[in-house]
Amino acid sequence: MSRTDYTVNVDEFLSLNKYEVDESNAHIELVDDPSDSEFDKLIMVCPAALYKRDADGVKTFDYAGCLECGTCRIICGDTILKKWEYPGPTMGVEYRYG
Amino acid sequence: MADFDAIVVGAGCAGSVAAYELAKAGKSVLLIDRGNFAGAKNMTGGRIYSHSLKEVFPDFEQEAPLERKVTHERISLMTGDSNFTIDFSSNDMLVAGQDSYTVLRAPFDQWLAEKAEEAGAETIFGIPVEELVKDDAGKIIGVRAGEDEITAEVVILCDGVNSLLTSQAVGAKKPSADMIAVGIKEVFELPASVITDRCQTNSDDEGTAWLYVGDATKGSFGGGFLYANKESISLGLVAGIEAVATGGSEPIYQMLEDFKHHPQVASIIKDGKLVEHSGHMVPEGGKNIMPELVGDGVMVAGEAAMMCINLGYQVRGMDYAVAAGMHAGRCAAAAIDKGDTSKAGLAPYVTALDNSFVMKDLNNYQKTPFFLENFSRMFNDYPALVKKAMNAMFIVDGTPGQPLKSTMMPLLKEVGYMNLLKDVRGAMKAL
Repeated sequence: MSRTDYTVNVDEFLSLNKYEVDESNAHIELVDDPSDSEFDKLIMVCPAALYKRDADGVKTFDYAGCLECGTCRIICGDTILKKWEYPGPTMGVEYRYG
Repeated sequence: MADFDAIVVGAGCAGSVAAYELAKAGKSVLLIDRGNFAGAKNMTGGRIYSHSLKEVFPDFEQEAPLERKVTHERISLMTGDSNFTIDFSSNDMLVAGQDSYTVLRAPFDQWLAEKAEEAGAETIFGIPVEELVKDDAGKIIGVRAGEDEITAEVVILCDGVNSLLTSQAVGAKKPSADMIAVGIKEVFELPASVITDRCQTNSDDEGTAWLYVGDATKGSFGGGFLYANKESISLGLVAGIEAVATGGSEPIYQMLEDFKHHPQVASIIKDGKLVEHSGHMVPEGGKNIMPELVGDGVMVAGEAAMMCINLGYQVRGMDYAVAAGMHAGRCAAAAIDKGDTSKAGLAPYVTALDNSFVMKDLNNYQKTPFFLENFSRMFNDYPALVKKAMNAMFIVDGTPGQPLKSTMMPLLKEVGYMNLLKDVRGAMKAL
């Protein structure tokens, strides 16, 4: 994927959501050195924009803002996702509107 | 002796109704949800068609936290700078059993779970069920959450589109990405009267359901939606996961950002205060990805069973979930009474669904996802065609006028008469 000039900062929107982040346990984990092509699929479909690549192509992923929709599990559950679980008791996103 | 007659996993539209029916039938039932309250993990576009809710709760209009009654149906064909809208309203839409309401799941699901509690169901919130417990013969006999095992005669899985339990229960396969869509939504708060004015309804109790096709998803398989709530607007997109992942022109979150800034949409949410950004999957594959609905000691209902259709002009899931929850609860209670919660003992649930609108719809619309997925002209060419046609009709610039025949026919020729005929025929059959 060549474009990295998207205008939107989704993190700002996520900051309006209510979360209880489980700092001690990442409920989603990627394999080491995930392939570019699979990772770019996740950039395209994650509604929370948690999968990112910077201008140098360096990949980052942070589960903290996860909306727990499972889209990444559907598209990459058999490829570059090593783990997909729901957050532990009382953890994760808490919708006030939904 | 089991801890409960029944355990229901997931307190959404299917789960709370199933628990309500079981409790009403005098069964001991535990309703368990991983959210800190019912609805905390749930999201809809959205609007609920009321017919099945009315069957379970005849007075829901007075009791449920509904947002607005839908009095206007709107569908828009959108390009980057144009928008063509059909606006429909009729008294028939308002008749009990034919009416629909915008809802927000956090308040709505709490009400539904309260109905189950009032009927006698016990509830546990904030605890995810990690595993199903089976006996030596493989029959489901309970659930495990953390260190705790809780047992029941029957377990009803209503844990949603991304269920991690249906594979253990009935061997459900993870659905393929071309059968599932991703939904993204933002909620904007606005004064009730402003929403009423902008949606052109007659009172703050009336609202609009609005679907957009074309530029909302940048030509990808999918569409935009806008629902008027009491004091907020739900705005979002639903797009095929495979289509966006492999052929989308930009990420789903950027599509939503552009959609928000489309002049037509921007005018409706203007000065609205963004209060929530959410995501959820939509199992548009419906019957094609439906797992087995019963197994030994277990039943599946709602989106965990992929009960959903998206026809482009009609998007439904919650009315199926309510009906399936109702049948699951009633059939589970009857099976417990007979002392047989084996797969065969629970089979009347499948029969009940087969005989109801739930499976009739899902069967009738089984081919729809394949049609829509390949209907790229609907998402690209037709919105552009409509824009040109409308420009030809409405723009006056001093150029000598032409009869419609000579302005419109070349436009149709651009798309191709045969394509047009084929698409109309295909749409009539598949939708």
